[in-house]
Amino acid sequence: MTHATGRKYLRPGVLPHMWCAGCGIGTMLGALLRAFEELDYSRADTVVVTGIGCTGKLDDYLLTNALHTTHGRALAYATGIKAFRPHLNVVVVMGDGDSVNIGGNHFIHACRRNIGLTAIVLNNFNFGMTGGQASATSPEWSFTSTTSYGNPERAFDICALAEVAGANYVARSTPGHGWEMQGLIKRALANRGFSLVEVISPCPTHFGRRNDMPETVQSLRWLKQHAVPVERYRGLAAAERQGCFPIGTLVERDEPDFSTNYSRVRARAAEGRPA
Amino acid sequence: MDIALAGRPRLLQGNQAIAEGAIYAGARFYAGYPITPSSEIADECAARMPRIGGVYLQMEDELGSIAAVIGASLAGAKALTATSGPGFSLMQENLGLAVLAEVPCVIVDVQRSGPGTGLATKPAQSDIMQARWGRHGDQAVIALCPATVGECFSLTVQAFNLAERFRTPVVLLADEIVGHMRENVRLPLPGELAVVGRAAPHGEPATYLPFKAAEDGVAPLASYGGDYVFHVTSSMHGADGISNNNPDNAAARIRHLHAKIDRHRDEILMTRAFDTDDAQVLIVTLGAPTRAGRSAALEARAAGIKAGLLQLQTVWPFPSAEVAALGRRARIVVVPEMNYSGQLAGEVSKVLGPAADIRRVNRYNGTIITPGEILDAITRPAGVKEDAAA
Repeated sequence: MTHATGRKYLRPGVLPHMWCAGCGIGTMLGALLRAFEELDYSRADTVVVTGIGCTGKLDDYLLTNALHTTHGRALAYATGIKAFRPHLNVVVVMGDGDSVNIGGNHFIHACRRNIGLTAIVLNNFNFGMTGGQASATSPEWSFTSTTSYGNPERAFDICALAEVAGANYVARSTPGHGWEMQGLIKRALANRGFSLVEVISPCPTHFGRRNDMPETVQSLRWLKQHAVPVERYRGLAAAERQGCFPIGTLVERDEPDFSTNYSRVRARAAEGRPA
Repeated sequence: MDIALAGRPRLLQGNQAIAEGAIYAGARFYAGYPITPSSEIADECAARMPRIGGVYLQMEDELGSIAAVIGASLAGAKALTATSGPGFSLMQENLGLAVLAEVPCVIVDVQRSGPGTGLATKPAQSDIMQARWGRHGDQAVIALCPATVGECFSLTVQAFNLAERFRTPVVLLADEIVGHMRENVRLPLPGELAVVGRAAPHGEPATYLPFKAAEDGVAPLASYGGDYVFHVTSSMHGADGISNNNPDNAAARIRHLHAKIDRHRDEILMTRAFDTDDAQVLIVTLGAPTRAGRSAALEARAAGIKAGLLQLQTVWPFPSAEVAALGRRARIVVVPEMNYSGQLAGEVSKVLGPAADIRRVNRYNGTIITPGEILDAITRPAGVKEDAAA
């Protein structure tokens, strides 16, 4: 049996990639491209939309259609593409700053609208590209270049946010679980509504260095120890959950997506129902 | 529009005429966020788009609205959004992306008073410079200004034609007076007005370069989901659309963005001249004050003053040659506009020089400019300052 490599979606001559040793973006990119291959996506019918930041550089590696946008707005650009051409596979790849700091409004509304986009959010707990500043997912009292006395703010749980905002599919993974990540991305892509896969990733250069995990191996080990498959996580007592987070498929629903509902709007309009 | 109604006079509001013009031009995608005094454009598009195979999308804010419009355009739609000053401010960053990424789209700004929330939602013409310079980065833009309900329709069609022809965003810079005014207009039948689509690529998809300009200076644009797979970025890029930091490439790209507008000024610039052949007094207007200017010019003529009016339907790029040709022959140039700082008058001064007798008539209190005020400016002795008007 041969496994997907995803190579046919990878722009030739771009390796080695630009991301720091130990960063999870490369692992995520690989999982995404292999998921494309396993679903037999055509390059022409696939559009990958990115924002700004370390993760926002991902489009440079692709042979699919791509749109590299402004900071925080990738979901809104993608919404326009998907609403006008619902048959396209539209994937939005963002970092934590992109998706839930500056782009938080688009994030909750894309979930609420349940538009058939697949959002892959690489959460490395800080703004890596600009030097490691605190983001909306930096843990409370963690250290970043702008919280040298500890972060006074609480962190967003991106998956919980997506769930309550109405996303059809919500999953979480880490670069320490590459194989599982690929499977979750496939399930996210296959869901007709809004799908989110959060990838909790090390940032050894900035976040890890300031939070006692300067070595990638330490970060990956930490992820392995604290990421708990959701089925098991649900059975844990509150005290046992301390410091841990669930991975796997957290939410899977089949609510009608925006385009399905908009088809009904068109049908009603054709019947001449009052506007 | 309903075909049965086309070709016959119909009482229409300016904002409705903008929506009608967009649909006539082939627009099939609207994304927006409600704001007075532009909301009737959204209402009309929300009712009409689903009936003609189009999409109306109400976005969460104006940043998202223009982003969705750009995305839809890259997926092949003729797309628009409509807003007013505050929303137009929010759109500026993504509008810059549309300029650099050369994405055709139309942004309607029905101008209202500012700054801030201002005199919500009284008329103004204080976004003339925002349309030109509102974004970071250096760039050329196209902006058109309707003065009548009929022009709300025809200039919207033209805005789409220019956007598609030159692969660039076009701003339709209306104002609250024109947007909310109602007039009897005869909408053209299909085919009566030219409707232009974007140049599509030909040739081998594998060799398609989405930013390689053809001989006319404009690069053919494919659509996501078609045969041509392509890359678009908000970063500086080469002909292949991949980000590129080469200094020579960056300089060439910036020159290209300006040149594709500059070298086609004859296709873009639209002005209307009224009684200017012998005009010793030239009134230069755009948008709503055009009517008051016309009245003032006619009253001046009745009093023996040879007055005429030049209406700028295109404000950006600025019709410098047209203003110069008539302005240099005139003894007095009067520029009425609904802002304090003379955003239009400043451009006229730039063209005619410091020695020209340019008389500003400025309104910035949310009320309309009257013919009497313009007439006062015409008849005032040279060198006398205008009253400290509102």
